[in-house]
Amino acid sequence: MHELPVSESILEIALRHAEGRRVTNLYLVIGQLSSIVDDSIQFYWDIIGQGTLAEGAKLHFRRIPTELLCLDCGQSFAPGEDSFACPACGSLKVKVAKGEEFFLESIEVET
Amino acid sequence: MTIRIPVVEKILSANDRLAAENRAALDAAGVFSLNFMASPGAGKTSLIEQTVHALAGKLRIAVVDGDIATSLDADRAAAAGASQAVQINTGGDCHLDAVMLHEALPKVNLAGADLLIVENVGNLVCPASFALGTHKSVLIASIPEGDDKPYKYPSMYHGVEALVVNKIDLLPYVPFRMDFFRQGVEALNPGVITFPLSCRTGEGIEPWLNWVIQQVNLKRNL
Ligand SMILES: Nc1nc2c(ncn2[C@@H]2O[C@H](COP(=O)(O)OP(=O)(O)OP(=O)(O)O)[C@@H](O)[C@H]2O)c(=O)[nH]1
Ligand SMILES: [Mg+2]
Ligand SMILES: [Zn+2]
Repeated sequence: MHELPVSESILEIALRHAEGRRVTNLYLVIGQLSSIVDDSIQFYWDIIGQGTLAEGAKLHFRRIPTELLCLDCGQSFAPGEDSFACPACGSLKVKVAKGEEFFLESIEVET
Repeated sequence: MTIRIPVVEKILSANDRLAAENRAALDAAGVFSLNFMASPGAGKTSLIEQTVHALAGKLRIAVVDGDIATSLDADRAAAAGASQAVQINTGGDCHLDAVMLHEALPKVNLAGADLLIVENVGNLVCPASFALGTHKSVLIASIPEGDDKPYKYPSMYHGVEALVVNKIDLLPYVPFRMDFFRQGVEALNPGVITFPLSCRTGEGIEPWLNWVIQQVNLKRNL
């Protein structure tokens, strides 16, 4: 359960960038590897946004699937259930290329 | 009329900023610090007990123990010989974050410590996302958890500087394909230093203790 501090952090960032304007939409990018559940963020968001310039703003989530990169042949691939081996060359030298994202990409404000 | 404004700011940037403050406070005091992360029951407190017990004559070790409730683990650390043991109750949170450590640090006499060990909340998911500002993160895996954990919790395995594989005394009784486990680890965290050991029998603990001492000395000589 850490969606409350996360929601507070989102609110703080959004209000700072809004510079006094009303916020109507927030666009979040969340990698599959980050431990965040959309529904519970929305739940806390609805509560903590009350009485602020972001009250009632809608959250949009863009989920990024996990992607590994083979360090031997450069192939990008989705990890298997119980294998991280590169499907192209079989190498086990890989790195996590995508899936750890966790940021606020943009906001929509009233002008 | 509405307009879209680009933001592109990490949601946990506030946590990261505070983590940097924690790190600066530890650096200023010359204290080396470790963040112990693991699933519930993997042996975080047991490893603290063994480490403190073995090194109490050489190092002044402070322990900060994160738990959802109770101070049982801090009491165990103190009983094992930790020069200081501070409990953080997260009140339901599944991980420690930089704010909680920031609030706990003033309760630690850093001038009287060489090493600070932080025991995170037992959880293989959330602690990975929240930097504390500690110098190195240690993941404590354990044999009965099973050999598939690197595949199921890649972010945890990906982000640590050392890996302890605890409870090797149970290898004869529990199916555990060490090769399969290590393949997953190697893919996510190539070359990560690994200590297979048993907090129960003491087997394999020596290399771990030497590593801890070496890390503290490296910090001292900076
Ligand atoms: N067989 C065996 N048991 C162990 C070993 N290390 C710890 N244990 C047992 O595992 C259980 C959990 O150990 P703890 O050290 O309390 O684990 P923890 O990770 O601190 O647990 P939480 O703080 O509750 O998440 C205890 O019953 C320990 O006695 C070991 O090397 N071998
Ligand atoms: Mg414990
Ligand atoms: Zn390849």
